[in-house]
Amino acid sequence: MRHHILSALYSARYSRLCLGGLFMFLCQAAIAQESRYNMTRGVTEISQRVYGLHMTIFYICVVIAIIVFGLMFWSIVRHRKSAGAVPAQFHGSMKIELLWTAIPVVILVVMAIPATQALIAMEDASESDLTVLVTGSQWKWHYKYLDYPIEYFSVLATPRAQISNEAEKDALYLLEVDKPLVIPTGKKVRFLLTADDVIHSWWVPDFAIKKDAIPGFINETWTRVDKPGLYYGKCAELCGRDHGFMPVAVEVKSEADFEAWAAEQVALQEAARTADAAATPMSMDELMTLGEKVYGTACAVCHQASGEGLPGVFPGLKGSAMVTADIPGHIRIVVFGKAGTAMQAFARQLSTSELAAVITYERNAWGNDTGDMVQPADVAAAIQGGE
Amino acid sequence: MSTEQTGALHPGEHLDHEHKPRGITRWLYSTNHKDIGTLYLLFSLAMLFIGGSLAMVIRAELFQPGLQFVDPHFFNQMTTVHGLVMVFGAVMPAFVGLANWMVPLMIGAPDMALPRVNNWSFWILPCAFAILLSTLFMEGGAPAAGWTFYAPLSTTYSSDSTAFFVLAVHLMGVSSIMGAINIIVTIFNMRAPGMTWMKLPLFVWTWLITAFLLIAVMPVLAGVVTMVLTDKYFGTSFFDAAGGGDPVMFQHIFWFFGHPEVYIMILPAFGIISAIIPTFARKPLFGYESMVVATASIAILSFLVWGHHMFTVGMPVAAELFFMYATMLIAVPTGVKVFNWVATMWRGSMTFEVPMMFALAFIVLFTIGGLSGLMLAITPADFQYQDTYFVVAHFHYVLVTGAVFGIIAGVYYWLPKWTGVMYSERLAQTHFWCSLVSVNILFFPMHFVGLAGMPRRIPDYALQFADLNALMSIGGLLFGLSQLLFVWGVVRCMRGVGDKASDRVWEGAQGLEWEIPSPAPYHTFETPPVVK
Repeated sequence: MRHHILSALYSARYSRLCLGGLFMFLCQAAIAQESRYNMTRGVTEISQRVYGLHMTIFYICVVIAIIVFGLMFWSIVRHRKSAGAVPAQFHGSMKIELLWTAIPVVILVVMAIPATQALIAMEDASESDLTVLVTGSQWKWHYKYLDYPIEYFSVLATPRAQISNEAEKDALYLLEVDKPLVIPTGKKVRFLLTADDVIHSWWVPDFAIKKDAIPGFINETWTRVDKPGLYYGKCAELCGRDHGFMPVAVEVKSEADFEAWAAEQVALQEAARTADAAATPMSMDELMTLGEKVYGTACAVCHQASGEGLPGVFPGLKGSAMVTADIPGHIRIVVFGKAGTAMQAFARQLSTSELAAVITYERNAWGNDTGDMVQPADVAAAIQGGE
Repeated sequence: MSTEQTGALHPGEHLDHEHKPRGITRWLYSTNHKDIGTLYLLFSLAMLFIGGSLAMVIRAELFQPGLQFVDPHFFNQMTTVHGLVMVFGAVMPAFVGLANWMVPLMIGAPDMALPRVNNWSFWILPCAFAILLSTLFMEGGAPAAGWTFYAPLSTTYSSDSTAFFVLAVHLMGVSSIMGAINIIVTIFNMRAPGMTWMKLPLFVWTWLITAFLLIAVMPVLAGVVTMVLTDKYFGTSFFDAAGGGDPVMFQHIFWFFGHPEVYIMILPAFGIISAIIPTFARKPLFGYESMVVATASIAILSFLVWGHHMFTVGMPVAAELFFMYATMLIAVPTGVKVFNWVATMWRGSMTFEVPMMFALAFIVLFTIGGLSGLMLAITPADFQYQDTYFVVAHFHYVLVTGAVFGIIAGVYYWLPKWTGVMYSERLAQTHFWCSLVSVNILFFPMHFVGLAGMPRRIPDYALQFADLNALMSIGGLLFGLSQLLFVWGVVRCMRGVGDKASDRVWEGAQGLEWEIPSPAPYHTFETPPVVK
């Protein structure tokens, strides 16, 4: 019986199956792990080409390394004094030196040809179907569709409690945003990139796109994605304190879904504008509750939840003359920002109710206790009045 | 090469000349190339540990996802100051220290050509770094825009320590330029009779070329930091589009300095390796002339490739192609060097003392860094690599396992000549193996997390990178601790503990520095040797 089982185990067919299975398993494991240890293949024709280029060069480098290190280790093993090696005294050979200058040149030309072709394809943003203006600012992305009346900010959605280790981190830690950029499948989407403050870099690995967003200049890149899905990326250029906390997320929808989404967004943004215009006065409690929430998402990054700021970098608001004395000055700086500093113009980012609430909150939190209330109408008047 | 000593080298006679000042003034007022070399090397060692401590703050924060120890703003100060300290405080002064010690000994000169300039160029450095490091304790903290300090993050959006940073960089630049002038003048004017250009040891050649690079690019760095200063405090708009300037121009100017700077930090290491390999292979260096030509080619090409640091800023395709081709071309002379080293070993009679071990590790690990550099040159792929940990892996392979391993190899190689005693081989071999293993645990996984999408200069990361980051942090701690063995070994020799070293020290050693006694007398070659 035992013999029977063993012979079955070792039968050619079984072992072939075993080896095949093992190989398949290893391959699957490797593919599953690939995105954790290697460049992603991505989901666009360009990203696949870039991946192919990356792997080709990588293999060429591996072959070069094996040859060079192989010869070196062979020499280390064979030509050691302890093995009785007697040193030769040659110190040059024109022939061989020319050879190992010429061969690398040939290898480089072989690498350069597909690289040149890929680069030229990547940089051709002409004949696009849709254009999105991407604007980086500390530390959020703003997307404006040039073909639709749609624009919005996209910020990190990971709760601060997860970052400070007070809550369990979820799978999309530091990747998820409140509102991803949405683009349709099968369309050539052109991105125009710029920035409001410092240089950022908009990177989506699955599209093989990374382009700097530079204040005062407009860069251009493009993609065409055929597979619907949610794709994540990051800001790739050091842009200040929260550089690590401004992810990029792009949702690719089928054309019909995209059109439906766009129509919905147009209606929502219109409704928000109407609501903003008709904002009614709020009670102190309402203002403080909303204000605390808005402060946490829009202001605490710099001025800190404690209102104490970071001395020398971001001014504190606790006990600050700016937020305890002059109400119109306080409204102005929140609404229009302060040129030449990291203080942004929040009129573009928050509704009048949110602005009123957060200003009220700052005037009454952390022992500032001025008792002042700022209403949406005050903010609207300031915006009307202009800078 | 053989030498004929004309009377100057009787040890007894030398002792009579050794009227060195005592106490602190010996070091403060020193114009002796050996003392100044020692000062440079000790300063560099101190900076290595300060820069390393900053790196440990980085690795501690990155040990786990989430923010544990430091505020992200402080984290950015750590990455910035770590880079500045390692580049300008650890690697560059170490090479200047080695040049001070070895260039006069190798060319048969009694000292550097400009001894007082030499004193001044060293003593500026501690002042420069005192200023730079003091910013860590200022309100608003140290510079936090990265060692590359891109505008406008380093201008409009920086803290007021920027002014101190600019002053410190100016001082470092002055020091480097004076050091470079000194080395050039020494090599041109003070070679012993018969020490013709094509007899110069490669360490001297590589340093000569490095010194020209320094003179060419340090003023460019001085220019760019001055523009940062005036943009921030005096209302200019060099890098501000709102005033007609251009933030990208900052990067062009910075990297026109920055890329040659990279070679400033590796060419002298090439020279050290080219001295060590023939000694322990007991065989002349293969392709001496092509080594010189390759070094000069690398130096010239280094002025033509700065754009590869900025492929994502939106250059015209033609410019991207030019920088890609020029960068790939650098692989050719660099390859020649590696092939020459391997050919030098080929059919030699090798032994594996610690300088040789570090040199062999240098060849393998520097080549890995060089090959990842070749990958980075490929523009379309670079769009995925740019500003990720893949880049961090690349430049740490060329700078730590390249430049720093080269320096350590050189220190072990020449330490018996400097101190007159052999280092402990067992201690040094332990140091080597601990360093080799830990440095790869530290830097090799950076390739993987970088390819998988982890950006550099972030204090916190997505969960997929957690396991490898923990591993890298452990590697970093081990690598840092391993360097304590190095300090121990060096201190032992400085205190004279160990076997007495012979004049030649190594069986296969060739060159003037091995013709003089060990330890090298305070004054050497007062009468020039004649090189045949």
